[in-house]
This record gives sequence, structure tokens and C-alpha cells, in this order.
Amino acid sequence: MRVPFTRRQLLAGSLGLTAWSEIAAAQQHAHTAVQAAIPPKLQSFDAESAAEIDAIVAQILPSGDGPGAREAGVIYFIDRALATFDADKKEAYQKGMAEFQEMRRKLFPASSSVVALSNDQQIELIRALEKSEFFEVLRTHTMLGFLGNPSYGGNRNQVGWRHIGFENRMAFEAPFGYYDAEARKGTLE
Amino acid sequence: MSGPSFKPNFTVDFLVIGAGAAGGVMAKELSSAGFSVVVLEQGPYLREKDFTHDEIKYSFQLAMTNNQKLQPVTFRKNESEVAKPFQAIMYGRQVGGGSVHFTGNYWRFHESDFHERSVYGEIPGTSFDDWPISYADLEPHYAKAEVELGISGQAGANPFEAPRSGPYPLPPMPVKSSGVLFERAARKLGLHPFPAPVAILSQPYRGRGACVQCGFCEMFGCEVRAKSSTLATVIPVAEKTGRCEIRPNSYVRKIEIDSQGRASGAVYFDARRREVRQRARNVVVCANGVETPRLLLMSKSARFPEGLANSSGLVGKNLMWDNGALSMGLFEHPLNEYKGIQVTRLIHDYYRADPKRGFYGGAGIDARFDYYPAAFALSGLPPDAPKWGAEYKKLLATYFTRTMSLLAHSTSLPMERNSVSLDPDVKDAWGLPASRVTFEAHPDDVATMKWLIDRELEILDAAGAKKTWTAPMEVEAFPSVHLMGTCRMGNDPRRSVVDRNSRTHDVANLYLVDGSNFVTSARQQPTATIQALAYRAASQIIAAR
Repeated sequence: MRVPFTRRQLLAGSLGLTAWSEIAAAQQHAHTAVQAAIPPKLQSFDAESAAEIDAIVAQILPSGDGPGAREAGVIYFIDRALATFDADKKEAYQKGMAEFQEMRRKLFPASSSVVALSNDQQIELIRALEKSEFFEVLRTHTMLGFLGNPSYGGNRNQVGWRHIGFENRMAFEAPFGYYDAEARKGTLE
Repeated sequence: MSGPSFKPNFTVDFLVIGAGAAGGVMAKELSSAGFSVVVLEQGPYLREKDFTHDEIKYSFQLAMTNNQKLQPVTFRKNESEVAKPFQAIMYGRQVGGGSVHFTGNYWRFHESDFHERSVYGEIPGTSFDDWPISYADLEPHYAKAEVELGISGQAGANPFEAPRSGPYPLPPMPVKSSGVLFERAARKLGLHPFPAPVAILSQPYRGRGACVQCGFCEMFGCEVRAKSSTLATVIPVAEKTGRCEIRPNSYVRKIEIDSQGRASGAVYFDARRREVRQRARNVVVCANGVETPRLLLMSKSARFPEGLANSSGLVGKNLMWDNGALSMGLFEHPLNEYKGIQVTRLIHDYYRADPKRGFYGGAGIDARFDYYPAAFALSGLPPDAPKWGAEYKKLLATYFTRTMSLLAHSTSLPMERNSVSLDPDVKDAWGLPASRVTFEAHPDDVATMKWLIDRELEILDAAGAKKTWTAPMEVEAFPSVHLMGTCRMGNDPRRSVVDRNSRTHDVANLYLVDGSNFVTSARQQPTATIQALAYRAASQIIAAR
């Protein structure tokens, strides 16, 4: 039996992040009106921070060719995770988003928020931080929110499962795929 | 719970610590033979109704295994390093133990596995040795385990298998696309693929229904009782005898010794973390290859200052790892591998070590897919694929249904420097010392894994894969889920912890029965052998009384 984690994911998932305790969460949000549609039932973030995170996760899994992180409600999944089973990662988010804002100001001094960046600018911003420990946490949460059980607030209408071709059923019958169906036909003929 | 309830100050015949693959068997065998038994299990008593298809809960929050929040494990490669918290090992932590959430692979060892030292000679720097028992000693117990628990497979289909006294009680499971592709390719290469023997019911058996192919075996509990865990099989039988109490949420911190040097019971924390002392005439530790040595090392006394039953100094030493080599292939059409059990075909052609390769080692290779949706998105794509963005999202839609893996289960040489010990600083949530794992693979093990990757790629190419790739090779990239070797079996009390019947050399009424007994790793997949050892140990105890 193998557990499908890399060591890096295990570290990001359960450990190491408490080392980021000296956080000066100096988020200097410009008081921009946030346009993203985040209804006010959040537990861990204010609407403005939620919209900033939402802008990033929507680049990790963009909407384009079918529903992405935004349609799956990934931001609600993250919001709830930080209020429940992943409460110890709240600090990582504060520190990590501060890193994102700092990088944003460095790359685009005239900008006021991640939300307000153009599509290409958002991608450039993420590229600059894609190797960071926080991005791995965010990527992990995005996948859990897109492909985890909908009861956690993400994967709305099972859009994530539909995207990858996973059918959520309690029982299946052989043949399961193309090749075992083909082999079965061969035996019958 | 349907068994009896014993008072802790009532001295039971046997106290079994750990209700897993071995503990469940010991409980059933001993209680059926007329003994009173209390089984202390550190985890909860979950039932089928408690299990769900919730990847976040089981694969990420590790709801059914040890996890770092409650029981931190520390890890280092060698003694010169300071161990750091890292989940290096994983074990099932509920009634039924790892037999509840395991993949279900159920391989018997080969005859040669018990005397490889005699065949291949000394391997410098290792404690490579023969077992004190032979395959023939264990065969009746493998057979009993297969029949009592319910194993599906096809006797005689593997030309390399050891002699069997009877067939599997159930026919093999239906083949999946990965099995079909693997079988075709293996035959093309002159290899000998065969249906995987698994602890999963292909047909209704002894009051349980057949597998419904939901696909959630590895890391999950079976909602329909088709996985032949001890929870679904022998534990209910033990409880029905009226002589066996399964006591969950009971976390043992010490085995106690009387003035004659005999085990007299154990002290444990109950669900409310109150200390309770259970008295017993005999103690059987089935806590797994990490928790068993940890408990012995925590059970120090004036008589046993280095830990209980540790006159050899070998308690916790010779830890062997769940070594494996993983390759992946992408195919043209959907395989839909997420449906159905994880493994349906494998080969033992590379099982035997071959000195001509220049190193010791061997493996069984199986065709499988053990990724659930989120885990696949995080680590199932090839290393050259993007990790986020539009192209990444597109690849997920193509790859999830069209990918399969080959996993080689390979040897891990025993070395005293690889060990489980008590961490001097880190404590668990109960204030007990954390397990400190020290491990670095032997160069032959690494060479074996590299060699196996090439064999896997040959098979994937022959199967017509459009693209192939391999998972990271570093041993510590994966937690070990096969915990072996830390209280090895042997005839010489100076060089082993338990005798050939799993009884400690030092304490006449203390038995250790689990993966810790293993002298060598064979080719992984230890559950069948752990359970055969349990049936054998129980039969020896019963025969002696």
C-alpha cells in the first residue's frame, strides 16, 4: 500500500507552518471596492480578503472551459476549513497572503488589489510565488475544495468530480473501462 | 459492543494489546479455546455505518490512522541527526487496526523467504538472517487464515507460489482495465501475470455480501463488510464466545511485571484519560511493528532497565520499510480505474533475488490505481505537467480516467541502525514519549528499486502506454505502512526478542505477535504472514495448556 502524498504535501498539510509565528500581518489593502461576488456568510475571512484569495484560486483552476475553483465554491471550502479542521493554518494564510500583497506591490506598484489585476498580471504574480510553502497549502486546499466531498462546502454540484470524470456512486459493475470491456467482448466472441 | 464486560481487577487469562490484524485473530482463537480475554485498543470502535467515501477525512485528516496532531512521530536518517516531527509511519488506529483500511493485498511468502540467508549468504552491514520457522510451519496457518477471513484468489495461477494445502475459498475478483493491459503486456514479455489474492469477497461468504466495486478500499473502511478485516470477521466471533471483551479507546502506557518477573497486566489511559490497571495471567502485544517496541521501551522497571523483554538490546532495532517503486502510464482510452478494487493482476517473476544483478533484492509488481480525486490532482500527473492553471486543469480531465500505476513491492534489508526508539523531547497528547524513527535504506534496496523502475517501464511500454513517468524514488518521500522487524524472531536469545512461537525470551508469559516478529521483509505485503503468525502463536499457546 502506498499513500499518494509527496513528502512536501505532508509537510504542507500537517507541519512546519507553525514556524511562521512571527507574523506581522501588515496587509495594506487599499480600500478598494471589492467586485467579486462573495456573499457575507464567511467565518474566517472578511469579504475583502476572501475576494483576494478567490482571485488566486480562480487562477489555479480557472473557469474557462467549464466550471473551475470559483464555481466549485473553493473559497467557501477554505473559509470553513480554517474555521474547523484546518484552524491551525489560519496564520499561514495571514502570512502567505501578506507575501502575495507584498509581491503584488513590487511587481505592479500602481495596483490596489489582486482582484484588480488583469488576468495576465494575476498569472505573473502567482508564478513569482508558486514555489512558496504557502502556495502549496493554497493549492492543496484548492484541490480539496474542488474535488473533495461537497459536504465541506466546495465541489458544488460535484463540478470538480464531473470535470475529471469521477462518478460518485456506491457501486459499480464490471466492465469499468475500455480495455476490460474489450477483453470481455473477446472472451464472449 | 456485544462481548462481556470484565472488571479491571478481575484477572483475565489473556490481555491482548491491539485489536488489529493479529490481535483480532488472537482474541478469536484464545476466547474460542475457553480463555477469558480483554483486548485493549487505542483507537475507537467504528462500525460499517461510520465509514464514508470522504477523501478529506480519511486520506488527508487521517481519521483512521495515527496522525501527527495526536501522536507525533519524529524521523531522522541516522543517529547523528536530531529527529524532526514527520509522519514517517502509518498504522490503523481502530478496532480491526490496519486490516480495516488496507488495500487488501494478501500474499503468502515464498518458501525461500524463510531461509534467504542460507541461500544468498551474509550481506555485510546488515542483520540479514534465516527465520527460525519454515514455510511448512506456517502453511496450515496461512490456509486457516484464508478460509476463516475470506480471501479471493486463484490457486496455481502463480507459477512461483509456494505449495498450498488447498485452494482459496473464493474465486478471484473481476479484472479491471489496468489488469487487462498489464496481463497482455506481461505475457508479451514472457512473464507470468496472475489474479491478485485479496482480502475482499468476490462472492457472498459466511454471512457477508460480495464486494460492490465502489473503489474505496485503500485508506477507507468497507461500508458493506466485503473487506475481510478482523473487524468484519474474527472479532465478532470472539465477542460471541462471551469470553472476549474488546475495550476501545484504551491506550496502554506500560506493561506491568510482578516480583517473579512475569507480566501481570497493563496500565492504560481510558477514553477520559484516566489511568486504569487491567490484571492478566498472560499478555499478548499485537500493537504493530512501531507501537509494540515503543510500549516495551516505555515499560522499564528495575528488573528490565533497558525496556521490557530487551535483554538482547534488539527491541526497536532492525526496522524494515515499505519499500516500493512506482511508475505510471497514460493510455488512449478511459480505464476508469477509480472503479473497483485497487489491484487485480500482478507478477512474481522478479520475486527471487538474483546475484547476477549485482545486488540482493526482489519484488512483486502489481497493476493498480490508488489515487482518489484530490490526491490525483495533487500528485498524480507527470512531473513535467504544470501544477496549476488552464493547461493543468485540462490535463486533469484527460489523465484521471486514463492513468494506471505499476507498484513494485520490494525488499528492505534489516539493519540494526534502522530503529524505533523513544524521542527524548517530543511527547504525544497523553504526555508519552513519541516514537522516533531512524531509517536509511540499504544501497541494495535502492539499487533494487531503480532496477524495478526499468522493469515497470518495459511493461508499460509493452502495454501501449502513450506516456510513462515515475514517482519520486527517495525512500522517505513516503510514510511506511508496513511496520516490520523491530522485535525479531529467533532461536538465540542474544540475537532475537521472541522465540519461534512469538513468546519473548525474557518473560515466559509475554508474547509479541505482529509485524515486529519479521526477520526479513520478504517482498512486503505482510498482512497474510502477520495473521498466519497469529494463528500459529495461538495454536502453540493452546496446545501447551
